[in-house]
Amino acid sequence: MPLEVLEAPPVRDAGTGSPPPGREAPRGGGDSRGPLPFDPTRFGLMAFLGSASMLFVGFTSALMLRRLSPDWQPLRPPGVLLLNTLALLASSVCLEAARRRLRAWDLAGMRARVDATGALGVLFVVGQAFAWRALAAQGIYLSTNPSSSFFYLLSGIHLVHLAGGLAWLAVLVTRARRMTVVPGADGLGLFALYWHFLGALWLYLLVVLFVI
Amino acid sequence: MAHAETHAAEAHAAHAPQAFIWRYVFSKDHKVIGVQYYVTAMLMALIAGVLAMLIRLQLGWPEKTWPGLGNVLSKGFTDGVMNPEFYAMLFTMHGTIMVFFVLSTAPVSGFGNILIPLQCGARDMAFPFLNGLSFWTFLPGCVIIVASFFVGAGAAAGGWTSYPPLSALRGAIPGSEMGQTFWIVGMVFFIASFTMGGLNFVTTILNLRTKGLSMMRLPLTIWAMFLVAVLGLLSFPALTAGALMLLFDRHFGTSFFVPGGLTLSGQVVEHQGGSPLLWQHLFWFLGHPEVYILMLPALGFTSDIIAAFARRPIFGHKSMVGAMIAIGGLSFVVWGHHMFVSGMSPYLGMAFAAFTMLIAVPSAVKVFNWLATLWRSRIITKTPMLWALGVVSLFISGGLSGIWLGQSAPDIHFHDTYFVVAHFHLIMAGAALFGVFGATAMWFPKMFGRMMNDGLGKLHFWFTFIAYYCTFFPMHYIGIAGHMRRIYDPYQYEFLKGLQPINQFITISAFVLGASQVIFFVNFFWSAFKGEKASENPWHAGGLEWTTPSPPPHGNWPGEIPEVHRWPYDYSVPGAEKDYVMQTDPTPVGQLSKAHS
Amino acid sequence: MARLQGLLFGLATLVLVVVATVLFTTDWLPPLKSDRLGIDHSIFITLLVTGFVFIATNLLLAFFAWRYQDAPGAQASYWHDDPRLEWSWTLVTAAIMFGFLFHALGLWAQVQSPAPPDAMVIEVTGQQFAWNIRYPGPDGVFGRTDAKLVDPAALNFIGLDKSDPSAADDVLMPQNQLYLPQGRPVKLRIRSLDVIHSFFLPNFRVKQDAMPGMAIETWFVPKEAGEYEIACAEHCGLGHYRMKGQVHVVPAAGFDAAVAAAIE
Repeated sequence: MPLEVLEAPPVRDAGTGSPPPGREAPRGGGDSRGPLPFDPTRFGLMAFLGSASMLFVGFTSALMLRRLSPDWQPLRPPGVLLLNTLALLASSVCLEAARRRLRAWDLAGMRARVDATGALGVLFVVGQAFAWRALAAQGIYLSTNPSSSFFYLLSGIHLVHLAGGLAWLAVLVTRARRMTVVPGADGLGLFALYWHFLGALWLYLLVVLFVI
Repeated sequence: MAHAETHAAEAHAAHAPQAFIWRYVFSKDHKVIGVQYYVTAMLMALIAGVLAMLIRLQLGWPEKTWPGLGNVLSKGFTDGVMNPEFYAMLFTMHGTIMVFFVLSTAPVSGFGNILIPLQCGARDMAFPFLNGLSFWTFLPGCVIIVASFFVGAGAAAGGWTSYPPLSALRGAIPGSEMGQTFWIVGMVFFIASFTMGGLNFVTTILNLRTKGLSMMRLPLTIWAMFLVAVLGLLSFPALTAGALMLLFDRHFGTSFFVPGGLTLSGQVVEHQGGSPLLWQHLFWFLGHPEVYILMLPALGFTSDIIAAFARRPIFGHKSMVGAMIAIGGLSFVVWGHHMFVSGMSPYLGMAFAAFTMLIAVPSAVKVFNWLATLWRSRIITKTPMLWALGVVSLFISGGLSGIWLGQSAPDIHFHDTYFVVAHFHLIMAGAALFGVFGATAMWFPKMFGRMMNDGLGKLHFWFTFIAYYCTFFPMHYIGIAGHMRRIYDPYQYEFLKGLQPINQFITISAFVLGASQVIFFVNFFWSAFKGEKASENPWHAGGLEWTTPSPPPHGNWPGEIPEVHRWPYDYSVPGAEKDYVMQTDPTPVGQLSKAHS
Repeated sequence: MARLQGLLFGLATLVLVVVATVLFTTDWLPPLKSDRLGIDHSIFITLLVTGFVFIATNLLLAFFAWRYQDAPGAQASYWHDDPRLEWSWTLVTAAIMFGFLFHALGLWAQVQSPAPPDAMVIEVTGQQFAWNIRYPGPDGVFGRTDAKLVDPAALNFIGLDKSDPSAADDVLMPQNQLYLPQGRPVKLRIRSLDVIHSFFLPNFRVKQDAMPGMAIETWFVPKEAGEYEIACAEHCGLGHYRMKGQVHVVPAAGFDAAVAAAIE
């Protein structure tokens, strides 16, 4: 569960490691040492992504083992998954565009693209719900076959992580409105790390569920 | 710049929240959170300890009636005789609570939180809010686990390993009704909390060390905490995955773990094709690193305590670090030694046996290094040192029986017998528990600003040490004789009847062991409020945490955080004024002398 | 007085070493009645090696704890690295562990090797809380089973499909009664009807989990006629403790008669 995602968003400058002007030395921190080797928040997020990856490694290695059983019937992906995937990837692209706008001091352009990122993310969530309904309409439920169990379970857990991301994004959108996302402070960089992770994770899950 | 920093630190100290609820309940201060974790773990230990006493009571006199107890625990007893399903709940919950909620929590979440910023020279953990959230996720986990005794047919009873189908089919055992669901939910809370803690640990240790404190100048305790956090972050998700799949099998009709073609009390089971072995792989992929999550901190405490009380630098510091890294790394590839007789491919069994034999090497290196540290030392035997010596003793006894069990063929006989129970209680539970007691006596000044009573501490050690060995060492013998684990009544078997006097001896020892913990609780609470006030560095130790007042203020150092110039083990340095040199002392002796560079 | 604690620790360790060693001189293993002597040998060698290390390290620990207690004028040495010493004990330990490993792997390969072709095949099916024993009969083929056909009232515990021709000559023993021919290899085919059980024959050094959904084979040779116990070694429910059975090893010549008598 991406609980740390709900924590206050980053304030450090990834470039120099020094706190942005006007803020006292935050959190813990050796205040008598020089520049940090890397930004702690970014590092903490990466450690979390490592742990989250292990969660999906656990699930998917279980899947690999379980599919060897004779009762496994391959699942046909509902067509809407293609649209969902495109929405999620487009959302990642938008986010990158937003970061580029931010670096160019185009705050209005940044805001528009952050909004688009969120909208596409919500679209993905809605699309996933449609995918589940499409399967259910075919009479394929959670317990119909191990392949459908894994599909519902994995897409569900992925969605939980994505919901955490959307909550974080909501904070960022608010901050973008209030202009507290400062160019150079890389306020979007951390979120981008998480959001692209979710995109890549989704592609990996698609491959494991439907391709191999 | 220096002036500005001092100013910032003072500001930090002044910013400590004043209201009781923010200061002591929903605190973000790592020391308060550490103590919260520690005290919660001790209360959980009390519960799990009582469960153990009931287990031993039943094993000592399986055919006796206990009308008094039956009245108190009316759900678990019928006419003064313990019910077998209650017995299964006892050992399941004893294991679960002890492994996760006591021995993972007290050394890691408890002392990790207290010590990491102090020994790394940081004002707090990297993410203090996350740290507080971690505790407040842990606590509901504890409540859910304890509450499971009072729901429906009682707590989970499928063993702490919760092997399906026993844990997946509601009719398989009464505890697999709602109790097992509570177990899963409680574990998910625990894992979420442990993950948040682990993120804090790795980030703080890697990012927030004070100036001059390179990784190789860190105390071994911190190295252990670092490895433990990495192990936890990488291995616990496997159990999360397994637990969620088990939950789905139990409540939503999926078949991840339950195969087809089963009948339970004459009823056909509606599952198809699942694999119980899959759960075992997922469980032990966590389960074995988990063993080292319990043990590594104790090994770290022991190294630090031995150095300080033998007044010698720890011998083979680099190989100590290397051994811990090797143990941590190998712990990911030995999980299959819990499954030699499970029907797993014998070729896999070979690979797991090979890695298991290999893991004995770094473990032995640690013992030799401790012995070499004690050689030509000057031992001051205060309470912490006794516990540290106890850890070495238990690590030897418990480690050697691992060689018996790690060889796949002899394990056919020993698997699931009391030999295994003896092995892991000595090495995993015992070493971790003794390590925690040692650390408590050692770092009590930094927790409460007072000293623990040394006389009571020694009394507690002697009762515990002797009773511990009397309880768990004889289990080797009955295990060799074939005494199975988790059986409610050994009198059922002819070949076990002759072992009953040993079972009774073990039970009496266990009661002494349980009763002697009263000394600890009295000492702990009395000393926390009434103990002798502690000075900054009561043990004349060299580590960074001894350069700040006891207890350290909010922000840990009243002024600037000191710079570190050496490792924390410069004891009895030739040419130094005192028999120890603080880590912050730039004098060119010991590790900083020309002879060493 | 200051040295008392070290002395006590040394003495306690000494008592541990002496008592543990004396007790280990007793043969605690249940008497061996099968061909798996290799396991007992392996245990004995392990006992010798680990016993030696146990005694040696504990004596050092006891001696150091007593000898190096703080005393007036005592001085600890400042000596904290000796790469040659460290490498030697690392390599010696590694060599010993490799020795164990080679021995263990050889033995494991032997225990797990395919059964001889003339082995008698017996099916053992665990259920809560009994062992069902089945012989394939003269055709050597087990009849089909189906969970839907399980009928305890008709004593059909394993759901044998009586319409299957190969089921006709299958021999279903009374529950928990296993007859083995002395001196002839037997191959057990271990299954479970419900949860995980573990088929444990303490006197034969045999233990194999009965894993639902799998049929796991293990083989051995019963060496001595007599009556022995079957135990369940894997927690399988509230009746786990009473899931026991009887092994009857009978001379190979009288085997069929003994089985026939048991069915009566």
